[in-house]
Amino acid sequence: MFCRRIIPCLDCDLAVPGGRVVKGIEFKQIKYAGIPWRLAKKYYEEGADEIVFLDITASHERRGTMVDVLEKTSEEVFVPLTVGGGIHTIDDARKVFNAGADKVAVNTAAIKNPRLVNQLAKYFGSQACVVAIDAKSRLVPSPKKAKDKIVVRTPRGFCWYECSIYGGRKFTSVDAIKWALEVERRGAGEILLTSMDKDGTVEGYDIPLTKAVSERLSIPVIASGGCGNPKHMYEVFRKTQASAALAASIFHYEIHSIEKVKKYLANKGIEIRL
Amino acid sequence: MKVAIVDYGMGNIKSVYNALKYLGAKPIVASAPSKLNAEKVIIPGVGAFGNGIKNLVPFIPKIDAALASDTPLLGICLGLQMLFEGSEESPGVKGLAAIDGKVVKIPTKLKLPHIGWNRLEIKNKTCPLFDDVDDGYAYFVHSYHPLPKEDVVAATTHYGCEITAGVWKNNIFGTQFHPEKSGATGLRILKNFLEL
Repeated sequence: MFCRRIIPCLDCDLAVPGGRVVKGIEFKQIKYAGIPWRLAKKYYEEGADEIVFLDITASHERRGTMVDVLEKTSEEVFVPLTVGGGIHTIDDARKVFNAGADKVAVNTAAIKNPRLVNQLAKYFGSQACVVAIDAKSRLVPSPKKAKDKIVVRTPRGFCWYECSIYGGRKFTSVDAIKWALEVERRGAGEILLTSMDKDGTVEGYDIPLTKAVSERLSIPVIASGGCGNPKHMYEVFRKTQASAALAASIFHYEIHSIEKVKKYLANKGIEIRL
Repeated sequence: MKVAIVDYGMGNIKSVYNALKYLGAKPIVASAPSKLNAEKVIIPGVGAFGNGIKNLVPFIPKIDAALASDTPLLGICLGLQMLFEGSEESPGVKGLAAIDGKVVKIPTKLKLPHIGWNRLEIKNKTCPLFDDVDDGYAYFVHSYHPLPKEDVVAATTHYGCEITAGVWKNNIFGTQFHPEKSGATGLRILKNFLEL
């Protein structure tokens, strides 16, 4: 019985000592949600299968803060910890691994220097190398109009997906599906796939995007962006081959506990660790 | 009670250290063979078999001594695999050969690596490592698993095929999964090891 994973994500602003968890809405507005290690411990106790810390600090004052967060968290939390944001080099990665992280997620740095993926996989193993992709749909009238892209049929029409970097502030014209295939070849162990169209909307995961990527790849895909209730997790697990569902706001504001979400999914016949 | 973690530069020693400390033990991180004098030994590890053995070489005399005595030894993931004769992952590289058999690629049609939580099936209920761990879930991260030629399989899991999840041979214990990342079930297994 192999389980689908439920992963709470902590978006961390690390400009203050100890850091603070915040949640953006559609990559823009920001709300305060708690202290990183405390939330991580709470989620671990509620049954989180893994915890993701995303560094969304815009300034450079964060150096060292993520290390403090990880050291504190890893003393009491015994599930895998993933760190994303601010990892640009092997040395950055080594620092967070030494502090207690099990995996790093890279986005901007990998797009700018794809060999980083090969290096991370070589030095720390594929299992420790997650590539995060922030994908935005680009509608096209027909697949013929975007011949160099992988075009997907969605309820809104045909579209391809564009990779975004710098936390959604810059677009790259890189095809997200092609990029996912490329990083798999380069040794990535997992894809953290965030839909920029859905993130913060609480309307549900981007099913066409998640399906398109998870069906083409043989490495696990973590669906992210748009989860507003447990039904959305059920939908993404039923309709796509996502290995894990990531969510933030539904857990942060005590709308749904992880324990209840997992029981709901298990009752609906999804393989879940209880 | 002294428990040493062999630090041969492969994988996250800190996670194992933190879990043992949480359980009230005082683990020693043995970054040199001279520090490997303890009542219990843990060989952790993540990564490729060939690299693992290469890095482990300086520690092998002390590990052999522990294997030959009654010192309880726990191999985790790569640490377990290295106790076998060899691995398909790194042909030609000799393992510690403390257990007969080889490490092979998981013969599954499902996605590899096998990353995530899977249910344990305890095959040998008398194995002290798995006391009170019936049907627990454990966290796995691997593409290879050991196939013992001896009757030492204490726990299995299923991933399109049967996978060796735990072994027990006299004073030698091993888990293919990561107890230090397997929540309450994993902590229970480590506690069982500490209480041997």
